[in-house]
Amino acid sequence: MTENFPLYLIIMLPLLGAALNLLFGRRMGNSAVSLIACGAVASAALVATKAVYSLATHDLPPSGMLTDQLMAGDWIIAGDLKLAAGLMLDHLNSVLVLIVTWVALLIHLYATGYMEHEPDYARFFGYLNLFTGAMLILVLGDSLPVTFVGWEGVGLASYLLIGFWHQEDKNASAGRKAFIVNRVGDFGFLLGLCILYTVIGTLKYSEIGSHLFELRLPFWLNWPAGYWVAILLFVGCMGKSAQIPLYVWLPDAMAGPTPVSALIHAATMVTAGVYVVARTHFLFDMTPAAAQMTVAGIGAVTALFAATIGIVQRDFKKVLAYSTVSQLGFMFVGVGTGAYSAGMFHLMTHAFFKAGLFLGAGSVMHAMGGEGDITKMGGLGKHMPITRWTFFIYCLAIAGIFPFAGFFSKDAILAGAFASRFTMAENAPQWAKSLIDLYPYVLWGMLVLAAACTAFYMWRLYFMVFTGKFRGTHEQEHHLHESPAEMTVPLIVLAVGSVLAGFIGVPEIMAHAFPESIAHTLTFFTDWLSPAVVPMSPEPHSHSVEWGLMALALGVSAAGIGLAAKLYRGGISQTAVDMKEKFSSLYRLLWNKYWVDELYDLIIVRPLKVLSRVLWQAVDVVMIDGGLTKVGPAVVGFFGSVTRRIQNGDVQRYLIFVVVGAASVLFFSTWWLPHKGTMGKTTVEKRRVTLDLGEGKVKAGRLRFRVDWEGKGEWEQSGFTTLFHDYPNSGTYNIRVEAQDSQWGFTSSNSFPVKVE
Amino acid sequence: MQQFWQNMSVISTEHFLILGVVLFAIGVFGVFLRRNALITLMSIELILNAANLTLLAFARAQQDMRGQALALLVIAVAAAEAAIGLAIVVGVFRNRHNTNLDDLTLLRY
Repeated sequence: MTENFPLYLIIMLPLLGAALNLLFGRRMGNSAVSLIACGAVASAALVATKAVYSLATHDLPPSGMLTDQLMAGDWIIAGDLKLAAGLMLDHLNSVLVLIVTWVALLIHLYATGYMEHEPDYARFFGYLNLFTGAMLILVLGDSLPVTFVGWEGVGLASYLLIGFWHQEDKNASAGRKAFIVNRVGDFGFLLGLCILYTVIGTLKYSEIGSHLFELRLPFWLNWPAGYWVAILLFVGCMGKSAQIPLYVWLPDAMAGPTPVSALIHAATMVTAGVYVVARTHFLFDMTPAAAQMTVAGIGAVTALFAATIGIVQRDFKKVLAYSTVSQLGFMFVGVGTGAYSAGMFHLMTHAFFKAGLFLGAGSVMHAMGGEGDITKMGGLGKHMPITRWTFFIYCLAIAGIFPFAGFFSKDAILAGAFASRFTMAENAPQWAKSLIDLYPYVLWGMLVLAAACTAFYMWRLYFMVFTGKFRGTHEQEHHLHESPAEMTVPLIVLAVGSVLAGFIGVPEIMAHAFPESIAHTLTFFTDWLSPAVVPMSPEPHSHSVEWGLMALALGVSAAGIGLAAKLYRGGISQTAVDMKEKFSSLYRLLWNKYWVDELYDLIIVRPLKVLSRVLWQAVDVVMIDGGLTKVGPAVVGFFGSVTRRIQNGDVQRYLIFVVVGAASVLFFSTWWLPHKGTMGKTTVEKRRVTLDLGEGKVKAGRLRFRVDWEGKGEWEQSGFTTLFHDYPNSGTYNIRVEAQDSQWGFTSSNSFPVKVE
Repeated sequence: MQQFWQNMSVISTEHFLILGVVLFAIGVFGVFLRRNALITLMSIELILNAANLTLLAFARAQQDMRGQALALLVIAVAAAEAAIGLAIVVGVFRNRHNTNLDDLTLLRY
């Protein structure tokens, strides 16, 4: 069941804002620019809210959705490929639409304060609006190609905003890195789309689910097509959502302005991959569960890997960047173990607290005059109380402390991973099956470790920045101040969200302790999503196991916080310095981020540079510049030297060429056809003479033929090119043939002497 | 004598076409042979009107108004063309005090 709703407004409003600001922003004042940018996003947010409200209250069945046609008829028609473009809003993407519009609004407001001294103010807000519009296309698209348009759009906006301060080479190359790494992923995504279209002939989300049979048929390497599509789409998600091995762009993306990091590289764009996996969950749900296992495995490894790097980083935003990579890994474990609502729930809560963390970082760096090194901070809490206490709440939320939002969402993912079961192919050997049964516990263990690291590095950050004595210069200390209201209000709103958002996704066993009416609200999120993503039926655990898991996760997080407090509370303790000395090789490994960037540089970037140099020097300089560019002009010049002699400037001579040319074309085209029609050959077979006219170059029916077989003036008329005649007597005859062009009326004649036995 | 005039008074399609061919030929040879740019332009008008006459002849013969419409279009285009052509000739004359086509061969290799 679907219902129409003008969803295009949600997309068009931010895009309109972007167009206005990018085209005319330079001539408008800063306040007009902010009014347009914030107004566009605010109105989009209101329309989106109205849409979701309609979806929730209208008499639609739970699986129903709102739809909107983007253009009448088809969007892309090329050969057998036919794609329509439309938008849809259902229970799954309504969550994202609300997050994107409202968080974007908060961050736009924050940016009006953060960027107030920026000379290129309009360009910044134009890009920010462009991003919002593209992200909404991604989320609202009713088919994979529409989503892909948004996908590329957010990639572009991300590139533009990372390199916003492109005067500095470092920022420009960070933007390029993001773009190029994403390109690798996008190639996989596009390839997945191509395979999907080849196999099932549609790319609409609402239709993929009914083609599971075709998707089970073997494709490359005898693996089912669905597996290939899922893996290739996931390659795209790895790029966009910064998973191993394509995560390397995200930490560098912190070169962009901080509101950008908060909006694009924490709250919205990077979660697109999680959304796409949840959206195409039919493909990932298919048995055997190889695709799911890949997604969950990569998610878990990324979560742990990035969390360990985060422990030792010193740059405020770098810590948060690795934290984002790690949290995205959590979400992928959620969607990879079939716990889609858990993954989406974490996406939502993460949007609140991670956006808040970045905005807090921006607030701190604003006060520090752009300084990002946390070893130069300390004791900022007393100078900026609002930033400090909101940051405190975010840190509790991301560490997963009860009852903050992160606790519920992370617990849902952990429970989902612990309870998941992966089905193998029937003919798999027994040892493999029993090994697979251990897989959920491995995932769970890695996530618990990652959660402990998360608690530790977030609180290390908190203590190093806000407690102890100030470690920067005297001048910086003098300058410290709380940020203006347009920056602190979004911080407070997001902090409230980080406290409250968790309460709509409370685990069932906890919700049962409350009366029916409250319990209904407490499990609202899962109930809301259940029509869109059919929950897997995980193996039920006894209540004591579930409570135990919850307590364990909480305990591990608390331990992480405790350790951070011991080492960093009130300044960097001597113990921390000693530990760094003691485990210096491990420290170096983490500090250098496992040397992954260097590894990629060695195996990919450098060979490519060598290859480019060879192509440049050998192909471009020698072959093209030295050879081709000399040969072409020589040939053209030769013909030119001959033909330019007829250009003598006499206009009447030219006219003669025109008239004679036209006349000869006309004459030849009218004369040639009947002339050819009368050419032919005769074959004599006893008394039957067959006449084959036109020499195979004249189509039957184009000419009218008249044949006088016996020379008596008895004409036979025909439209065919093959004619025969039976002579009554033997002798020598002269066959006369006339052909008339039925279109122009021109005629031609010919004669054939034959001798009949 | 009366018979002759009766025959002549019936103007058939062929008469129009023959006149069209004659006008066309005069126009083409005028364009080819006359050196004065103004006369050349007039000859071009003649060619266009020969085409018009042919169009009208067929339109009359086949009772099809599309021929008439096309002739009107040709007249409009011819008017525009004549205006531009004359403007060019006037411009050339102001510059060179001469409209002899044989002398206007500046655009050449």
